[in-house]
Amino acid sequence: MQRLKAGEVNLGTSIMAVQFDGGVVIGADSRTTTGSYIANRVTDKLTYVHDRVYCCRSGSAADTQAVADIVHSHLQMFAQQYGTPPPVHTAASVFEKLCYDNKDNLSAGIIVAGWDKGGPSVYNIPLGGGLFKQPWAIGGSGSTYVYGYCDATYREGWGRDQTVQFVKNTLALAMSRDGSSGGTIRIAVITEDGVERLFIPGNELPTFWEGPPVPMTVVEAKKVVPTAGEGAPIEVEA
Amino acid sequence: MNSGYDLSSSTYSPDGRIFQVEYANKAVENSGTAIGLRVKDGVVLALEKLVHSKLLVPGTNRRIQTVDRHIGIATAGLLADGRHLASRAFDESLNYRETYRSEPPLSAIAERLGLYVQAYTLYSSVRPFGISAILGAVDKDGPALYVVEPSGIYYGYNGAAVGKGRQLAKTELEKLKLSELTTREAVFEAARIMHLVHDDSKDKEFELELSWIGAETNGLHLPVPKDLFEEADKKGRDALDADMED
Repeated sequence: MQRLKAGEVNLGTSIMAVQFDGGVVIGADSRTTTGSYIANRVTDKLTYVHDRVYCCRSGSAADTQAVADIVHSHLQMFAQQYGTPPPVHTAASVFEKLCYDNKDNLSAGIIVAGWDKGGPSVYNIPLGGGLFKQPWAIGGSGSTYVYGYCDATYREGWGRDQTVQFVKNTLALAMSRDGSSGGTIRIAVITEDGVERLFIPGNELPTFWEGPPVPMTVVEAKKVVPTAGEGAPIEVEA
Repeated sequence: MNSGYDLSSSTYSPDGRIFQVEYANKAVENSGTAIGLRVKDGVVLALEKLVHSKLLVPGTNRRIQTVDRHIGIATAGLLADGRHLASRAFDESLNYRETYRSEPPLSAIAERLGLYVQAYTLYSSVRPFGISAILGAVDKDGPALYVVEPSGIYYGYNGAAVGKGRQLAKTELEKLKLSELTTREAVFEAARIMHLVHDDSKDKEFELELSWIGAETNGLHLPVPKDLFEEADKKGRDALDADMED
């Protein structure tokens, strides 16, 4: 089964959300692709749905934008009708209903996070729907590489700065392994007081061990020779 | 005699009234009394169900109904209209749950019922509801009590009374310190008021209906349990007798 339609813009993505005492930290890479072409290298996958509720989008860019728009309209209606900002759980439920009811036509993996009167919370809505409340959630193609890192690293009781650092490190690791993720890191910290946006440019991403140091002397340029059967060049050591 | 302005709810009288709505109010005024008490930690609904025939099975045709786990409705007026309105309230509550996956606040249900009832004052093809409905709930904001009238208007109350004995019931409710009562205490007050407003010499026989929502019911709308019901019923009756001896 082919999930994406021909030419569809994909958010081959690394996204995550982590709650801490006073709020939530959400983060995402910034790569949008059509096949191997990077259609946008500074995408904003952290999408506003209400004053204190955001979502992280993964899957089809068109599908997730459309779903987020519909939820945004629902939440405006909610706030107007009931005179109170929508709880995060309500926002996540609306997302889940849309994702489940239209599961045959959507490719959308969404993390909903935010702050309400009951405190901060994170909800994960995987591909076919379903609603899962979690202290932290990761998603998108890049997330598969960093489940172990998150399991080993996450602790309860972190403060804001520690949580931001965790998100930054996790996303940098995911982006380095996943070819469909990359570019920059976008982060938003949602608390009772408001939403603070952070931006980490591509040349300032945290780095980890990346192999032995490269010797300063240039050895020799690689030579490319065609194979006998096909015209495609293969790389060979000189 | 008949002006012709009362034949349809889509016709205004010259001074801007809709007689069909006023007739609906008359239907409510002739019905058995229903009251609601919003107290410290819950809500109590009480109702005087007039029994028009000795052949009826006791306990049938209840007029206090459950709309959702935490919402109850007591209706005064036409029995069938009350059933229909409760069914609509159930649907609205279910719709809210399906949309938002959480317990509806009573304000949301009252508003939706208000809109629904008002729509029946607009067209010549339908008649207004012959119902005043008392809605009670304990929701995320605490105890709540609303009354929806035949015109579609609705208000929030601390104490509410509709039906035949509403005037007397209201004066009794005003004497109470509702915000200081517990739900259990309110059950006794409600039973007492129902016996007080019932006129034994003039009115038909009646069955008392009592329901409550509070800490003791774990936030659920339930009929008052048998032992408490009987105690409250007896105390209410005795208080009336003691009053007569004065």
